[in-house]
Amino acid sequence: MIQRFLWRGLDTRLRLFIGLVLLVGIVPPLLNLLLPPSSPLYVPAYVLQLVGKYLCYASLALAVDLVWGYCGILSLGHAAFFALGGYCMGMYLMRQIGSRGVYGNPILPDFMVFLNYKELPWFWHGFNHFWFAAPMIVIVPSVLALALGWFAFRSRVTGVYLSIITQAMTFALMLAFFRNDMGLGGNNGMTDFKDILGFPVQADGTRATLYFASALVLALFLVIAGAVVGSRFGKALMAVRDAESRMRFLGYRVEGYKLFVFVLSAAMAGIAGALYVPQVGIINPSEFSPGNSIEAVLWVAVGGRGTLIGPVIGAFLVNFAKTYLTGALPEIWLFALGALFVAVTLFLPRGIVGLWGQYKARQERTKRTATA
Amino acid sequence: MNASAHTARSTSALLYLSGVTVSFDGFRALNNLSLLVEPGEMRAIIGPNGAGKTTMMDVITGKTRPDEGEVVFDGQADLTKLDEAEIATLGIGRKFQKPTVFESHTVRDNLLLALAGPRSWYRLLAATPTKAENDRLDEILTVIRMGAQQHMLAARLSHGQKQWLEIGMLLAQDPKLLLVDEPVAGMTDVETETTAAVLREINKSHSVVVVEHDMSFVRALGVKVTVLHEGSMLAEGSLDQVSADPRVVEVYLGR
Repeated sequence: MIQRFLWRGLDTRLRLFIGLVLLVGIVPPLLNLLLPPSSPLYVPAYVLQLVGKYLCYASLALAVDLVWGYCGILSLGHAAFFALGGYCMGMYLMRQIGSRGVYGNPILPDFMVFLNYKELPWFWHGFNHFWFAAPMIVIVPSVLALALGWFAFRSRVTGVYLSIITQAMTFALMLAFFRNDMGLGGNNGMTDFKDILGFPVQADGTRATLYFASALVLALFLVIAGAVVGSRFGKALMAVRDAESRMRFLGYRVEGYKLFVFVLSAAMAGIAGALYVPQVGIINPSEFSPGNSIEAVLWVAVGGRGTLIGPVIGAFLVNFAKTYLTGALPEIWLFALGALFVAVTLFLPRGIVGLWGQYKARQERTKRTATA
Repeated sequence: MNASAHTARSTSALLYLSGVTVSFDGFRALNNLSLLVEPGEMRAIIGPNGAGKTTMMDVITGKTRPDEGEVVFDGQADLTKLDEAEIATLGIGRKFQKPTVFESHTVRDNLLLALAGPRSWYRLLAATPTKAENDRLDEILTVIRMGAQQHMLAARLSHGQKQWLEIGMLLAQDPKLLLVDEPVAGMTDVETETTAAVLREINKSHSVVVVEHDMSFVRALGVKVTVLHEGSMLAEGSLDQVSADPRVVEVYLGR
């Protein structure tokens, strides 16, 4: 039954796109592992790392799109859920270092020795086991989203006010995580990871696997999001987006719908963050910075909100441009970002994917006038 | 609980309002309003702008809480204690003045969302429309005369078609009481007549309260009329009776 539920939401176009994502997930790692570096088709490790990062961003974008594009909740704090998932993974990776740290303490991570911690803070217990850390990656962001959403949606906080609250949340978390006595590495965050599940993080095979896992997770998220959006629940969700009070008068408990997608979306963002951290090798409080959340919203806007393919395309395009421009012309990147935001708002209200729809509509119109 | 509360709870009235008062910043939108609607009845509410018609609808549907007074539905439910979703579930459906349909859904999906049935998010995640539900949708599409447009996006409908879709959505809810706010505003004469016919047909199986400005439409409905003025009831009776009432004439023409 679950299988039918999952596949029902997927139209042909989305299935093809999921296939493409999986292809992008399988082929490059194989080319990296199987071909010699001299081959013209060889994919170097840094490319895998870069695209692996984009894949995680694409998952985050999809999570943002689920709440913004389909339910009208403009969250300006989704990077917080991403970072929390990342921190859970970071804590696991720190505990895996063991006595190989600079100070050689078998229990305490380096920064704790440095800050004169005598024993492990209570919330670090259990993170040496992957079976504990893995569920935490989902639970921690979900619980935060549940608490925030519970109060906000029940008090009927909507629109700009909700956006401001989510932005304040991520800013508050950033300030908190910057503090050394939070016991989470302060402004340096966590880095120098050695092993994940017993495999060295830097090894080619591990990198390729993490890359593949990121693509697999993105494909899985597309399936889940497609099923949710394509169900009768999804119809109700979009109706909440378009006319919330109308739904209340039809007898729907709007809070339940919002809370479910908000928590689902936070969990997705958390998983994306957890895959991101071992690939970039560091997690620090700047991941919570408000700008990150706003950028994620921009990816969705560029790609096309309210579509499932759009956010993925948007995340890849904007981040590719960012990588290129911050390398080639670092001083203009922020201006380019600003210009992009203005341009998309003015000319592409439905994003790049929306362009296709506009094109088809125009084609149909000319066809109709031609026959008339 | 005073004595009047007890009588309310034992009346056969479908909707019972007694002494309802609502103030916004000192302005009394409703002033000691009382109203009784019998099961199966269709009632027209008229009154000049600012008479409190829309506020009355807000109170009945739980959007606005009264400062004083009782609002009882079906002889037992105290509507002043319930929220919009609970009241809708009890069987009160509302059509708004400005048509609010779900623009990015098709006509059929609009009706499906309104259809009486599961409302909770966890049940809708797995629900597929049943045979009975599809039959009911076809039936409603016939009543509102929109079978041909069922796969059209609601955003592309004309104003009159949106109003009918709204009425259809109200029907789909299968409420005991339909509250209809200015259904013919902005309609052509032909559309107005059709709407009156649709409402009369609906009234065969549902109780209806209609708020309307358009006198020819109210006449076409041919039902008991309540005149509101400055938040309270001014007159009640057939349209001929109330339009002969000198107080009503003064309110409409005097100022």
